[in-house]
Amino acid sequence: MKLSRPLASPALAWLSFFLLGPLLMVVILSFSTRGVYGGIEWTLSFASYERVFSVRTAQVLWQSFLLAFSTAVVCSVLGLLCAWYMTTVSSKWRPWLLGMIALPFLTNLVIRVYAIKHFVGVNGPVQFFLRAFEIPYDPFSLTANSWLVWYGLISTYLPFAVLPLYGAFEKFDFQLVEAAKDLGAGSWSLLVKVIAPALSAPLAGAFFLVFIPCLGEYVIPDLLGGAKTMLWGNLITEQFLKARDWPMGAALAVTLLGCFALILGVRSLLLARRHRE
Amino acid sequence: MSDRSEHLRPKAPWFAGVVFTLVVVVLHLPLLFLFASSFFERIGETWVFTLRWFQEVLADQALAAAFLNSLIVAVTSSTLATVIGTGAAVALHRGGFRWGPFLRALSLTSLVLPEIVFALALLSWFFLLKVTLGLHSVIAAHVTFILSYVILIVSARLSTMDSSVEDAARDLGAGEWKLLWRVTLPSIWPSVGAAFMLGFLLSFDDFLITFFVNGAGQDTLPVKLYTSMKIGLTPKLNALATLMCAVSALLLIFAFRSSSFRDVLKAGEEPGDQR
Repeated sequence: MKLSRPLASPALAWLSFFLLGPLLMVVILSFSTRGVYGGIEWTLSFASYERVFSVRTAQVLWQSFLLAFSTAVVCSVLGLLCAWYMTTVSSKWRPWLLGMIALPFLTNLVIRVYAIKHFVGVNGPVQFFLRAFEIPYDPFSLTANSWLVWYGLISTYLPFAVLPLYGAFEKFDFQLVEAAKDLGAGSWSLLVKVIAPALSAPLAGAFFLVFIPCLGEYVIPDLLGGAKTMLWGNLITEQFLKARDWPMGAALAVTLLGCFALILGVRSLLLARRHRE
Repeated sequence: MSDRSEHLRPKAPWFAGVVFTLVVVVLHLPLLFLFASSFFERIGETWVFTLRWFQEVLADQALAAAFLNSLIVAVTSSTLATVIGTGAAVALHRGGFRWGPFLRALSLTSLVLPEIVFALALLSWFFLLKVTLGLHSVIAAHVTFILSYVILIVSARLSTMDSSVEDAARDLGAGEWKLLWRVTLPSIWPSVGAAFMLGFLLSFDDFLITFFVNGAGQDTLPVKLYTSMKIGLTPKLNALATLMCAVSALLLIFAFRSSSFRDVLKAGEEPGDQR
């Protein structure tokens, strides 16, 4: 159609300039070297990538990977149980339950993190009870630790896991459950042997919907983890803003994107194979 | 879903219900506590009900300026993104130009790209091009990430639209522009409105990208909240957070109640069902 080109051009130009341009620049940056005063020298070098895979950096990346992985596992399991419950109550109640789970979606991330900080803060109930029962605690490590980061991540990303699983349960053939029950399956084996295998594709989807954004999370570890919990997102930011080592920051960012591409690529390959079978 | 299959759904075991209840309580406890504590003031050993913190928030000039910044950014970037994105979605739907797959790939990239990578890439891009930072750079960034959502929402509506109406208009001799203005746009209007509202909310709530690409002294509301809470938590900040939540909630209720938004949700569900 004649009109398609003028209609699409603004979006094309905009995304090329503000998305593709910056991304290509980051890729080029990652192969440059850092100048003496934090500037950039445009000579081809792989030094930053060598440092990405050095022991110190690799440790942070591994820690980041573990945290995202455990968050995704917990969210998928909780999501599965919640979605199962939500889809078997009377259909009148379902939108309300869905709303309760989706509520964190609708509140600002900074506010949610603020609320968590306030909850464990000086005037919060946690410290109040600890004082009331005379349990000794350290106020500094109480308000910034890796457990809080974990809680923050789970409470933020849980809806990402529940919503696709809810959709899957709505289309699920509950006669399978009925049949398994008739054959004497208990609740546990029902979950592990019937539901989880039948919903393995949406479960994997829920897992990755949590895992991928978690890897690049910045705000939650920054505010709830203090200086201790350093994740991939924080590391990139630190290189760009504090260390003023842009090539290193860029190399870390490119590696993160590479991991995403790898995960998504493997996943679509597996899906394609299953489709063929 | 037929009624018969509804009846055949056996209840989930008790522990699923327990997990659900616990999750909902644990998920919302900190927020509820925050809302409650913004209404109280400590005098000696007792807590007294007060609206003082809200009065202080509303009287604060710096917060009013931040609110105005948020509003300017949200309205401008959402309007721009809606106009550009709707055009792109219509073009993608009609086809007939070479760069379609490229445009699709770009807008998908923007959806899956980690926010922190986008923010830092854009920041260094502006720095290398020697662009001064300010509200204009924030708007440019917001339009970029809202654009993909607009394309997504409007495309979903277009894909469920009955194409025979367009064919009929064409057969009756409508030109391309006339077709766009008189047939296509009127039938996707609700989804364009919904895309604008979503864009507004995304922009209004965005912290991370704004934090990196905004100029000094031009904070939006979430950035202001973040920088103040780095200094210390005060009852006034509790009241600010409560107010921000209330505003977002009201906007959302308004958006969901308008029937147009429901249409889009339905339109969005249908392509999902085919998968």
